[in-house]
Amino acid sequence: MTDVLDPPVVVEHHDEHHEDHGPTGILKWITSTDHKVIGLSYTITSVIMMVIGGLFAEIIRAQLTTPNNSLVSLAQYNELFTMHGSVMIYLFIGPFAFGALANIIVPIQIGAPDMAFPRLNALSYWLYLTGSITMLSGFFVAGGAANFGWVAYAPLSNSINTPGAGADLWIGGLLLTGFSAIFTGVNLTATIFYLRAPGMTMFRMPIFTWNLLITAILILLAFPVLTAGLIMLYCDRHFGTHIFSVAGGGVPVLWQHIFWFWGHPEVYILALPIFGMVTEIIAVFSRKPVFGYKGMVFATITIGALSLGVWAHHMFTTGVVLLPFFSIMSLLIAVPTGIKMFNWIGTMWRGEVWFSTAMLMAIGFLITFLIGGITGIYLASPPLDFFTHDTYFVVAHFHSIVMALMMGAMGALYYWGPKITGYLLNETIGKIQFWLLFIGTQVFTLPMYVLGLRGMPRRIAIYPLHHSWQYLNDWASIGALMIGLSTVAFLVNIAYSWKKYPAGDNPWDGHTLEWFTTSPPPHHNFYRLPQIRSERPTWDYNHPGHTAAEHGHSAAHRDETPVEAPTS
Amino acid sequence: MALLPLGALVLAGCGIPTVGNSPGATTVSKSVYNLWQGFTLGALIVGGITIALIVWAVFAYRRKGDNIPKQSQYHIPLETTYTIIPILIVLGLFVATMVVENKEEALPKTNVTIDVNAFQWGWKFLYPGHDVVVVGQTTQEPTMVMPINENVHFNLTSSDVIHGFYVHDFNFSRYAQPGVLNQFTIRATKLGTYDGQCTQLCGLYHSLMVFRVKVVTKAQYAAWLHTNYNPVAATAAFAALKQQTSSITPTKIDESEGNN
Repeated sequence: MTDVLDPPVVVEHHDEHHEDHGPTGILKWITSTDHKVIGLSYTITSVIMMVIGGLFAEIIRAQLTTPNNSLVSLAQYNELFTMHGSVMIYLFIGPFAFGALANIIVPIQIGAPDMAFPRLNALSYWLYLTGSITMLSGFFVAGGAANFGWVAYAPLSNSINTPGAGADLWIGGLLLTGFSAIFTGVNLTATIFYLRAPGMTMFRMPIFTWNLLITAILILLAFPVLTAGLIMLYCDRHFGTHIFSVAGGGVPVLWQHIFWFWGHPEVYILALPIFGMVTEIIAVFSRKPVFGYKGMVFATITIGALSLGVWAHHMFTTGVVLLPFFSIMSLLIAVPTGIKMFNWIGTMWRGEVWFSTAMLMAIGFLITFLIGGITGIYLASPPLDFFTHDTYFVVAHFHSIVMALMMGAMGALYYWGPKITGYLLNETIGKIQFWLLFIGTQVFTLPMYVLGLRGMPRRIAIYPLHHSWQYLNDWASIGALMIGLSTVAFLVNIAYSWKKYPAGDNPWDGHTLEWFTTSPPPHHNFYRLPQIRSERPTWDYNHPGHTAAEHGHSAAHRDETPVEAPTS
Repeated sequence: MALLPLGALVLAGCGIPTVGNSPGATTVSKSVYNLWQGFTLGALIVGGITIALIVWAVFAYRRKGDNIPKQSQYHIPLETTYTIIPILIVLGLFVATMVVENKEEALPKTNVTIDVNAFQWGWKFLYPGHDVVVVGQTTQEPTMVMPINENVHFNLTSSDVIHGFYVHDFNFSRYAQPGVLNQFTIRATKLGTYDGQCTQLCGLYHSLMVFRVKVVTKAQYAAWLHTNYNPVAATAAFAALKQQTSSITPTKIDESEGNN
């Protein structure tokens, strides 16, 4: 059999003169419309948000280590968990999932020179940054930051129950980041539909790109609803409308419908891009094509479609929703998600699994996501939801999910980071980070499931001495500390590995087009492109004779001459 | 496979770890617990198999050299199998869910009614027809008294923001919302005092919004009603509650008049 070939030699012709007489330094960065620069800005900003949100989490966990603790006041605690949730969901994992790596990788994966609307892309980033600063600035106004939970249920979020500018800054910040998301959704959809390289048919798109397409469509369906809801909420607070207030003939529960009509698709808006990242990582580090590629695509489409019809499973205990409908719809999401899980396992099956940090993170994702997914099935059953709703069981469930996403995100940084920066991260520190993160996550979430079953409600700052909740909370706090240390390890790794290990074009023997170009890629991404005859053009180019066996029979040997990039 | 969760209900109590969960103190809480056991049995089987497959794939196929494995991508019979089996499992879980849910949502004929009114940050329990009202907030938590082996009809409302009426030993919670009248029936089967707490974030003192539920014998209940007879306080409380709820249409049709 053929040995692994060296990555193709890149023809050196720096035709980037048009870049040379533009602005330089920070002005160049600020005015850049290059999707890679914007994507890197997104990455750095969202990782900073992760650190901020993580610090809030550590304070929350410290407060809960002993009963009747007074580390923070009740008011401060409400602000902390509101901003922890808001920062993590709105400012970290969302923008990371569809803003950071999507921006950098999707155009390269489909052989495009940039996003379809580069200036709109820049606007997205600046809206995201200003929105983030706006929301966080709530801590510096009288009355403090928003304190009504990240879901802002009416009527707690009205101007009587939550006066003060912190809440308004929260609404304003969320509106700005919401528009940022909508514009990114428009941009990704247009890019994926119109800028694919010759030969890159829909069913030759890498799974990551597929997932971002479905995500972008979900963004376009869900985020405008949130934006509308936020404007209604603002009007209720300041302009005397009564959309969510009983006194004026309004309906408080309408806010929950609007919020979760966005909020449940949002879960998949966060998750689908990470699913895509994990899919790529598992395939590359198993040296196999994605098992059941087409099934994977249809599963993603099914998840996206079902996610629009399950919002009221967050509202089972309101007593005003049709329980059987939302129960069966929510349970059904387990089916396409299960298909994905088995496809991931199938991809590793009979492969050559390489335990790089990125792959370990992906395996950690599989196990953690499985735990979160299975406990999610409990919550889709109304009678089981009734007694776990708003307890730590729910908190544990979605922290299993988001910590799995966090592992996927970290894996993606180890996997694609070298492509963006040109340098690898240290694998030893990476593995320390992985084990801290993986074990920390289980030590953190598993006791919280038990706490929920023992009746500890969420969002309480203090609990009485007579309950047996303390040692479980202590374990959860130890887990949270380990997760915090894993983040420290990550930051240490960036500092330690700074420009130390040159990556080369294709350090992982990657499958997709981004591994065909240089690290970092040139201004318009490609000097030349390989022939695109499957979803793995770079692999096909590097390993002729090892193309995927389609439906049982081997593909014929193909002409693998590189062609000039149509775009530059 | 679809019968698996139903079979699990039959097997209820056979060594499934409870991790802090219990059959509780009401008829419904026991059904919910059995349902929980069924789900847990299914979760342990499916989760166990899946984790075993992941661990096997990771260790059995770890990289041993620079070989390129067979580039297989599709196996339609296998893919179909792991599409159909989850659908059957999910349908089984749904059927089991519906059985318990219909029991829980039923509003049978009752002799005892308690109006529960949540407010920032406490609880008001009103006993219509008996001129009894119990009020308590934050550090002075109220105790709701209810008779054993009697269907008790609850009318749950809120006078300000959304609160969560949650009693751990009832395996049950429901939102108390402004503008919504939530109704449910609970039949307690065990004497005792149980902790209740607001589960939905309701502002500054959310952490302190606790109450107790005391399940007593019918004779004790009658005596308790007699001792706490207070027409002045009760009339005022009922008037206030009526003012809040006058414009509400119940979310469910009360079947106590018709079906039962």
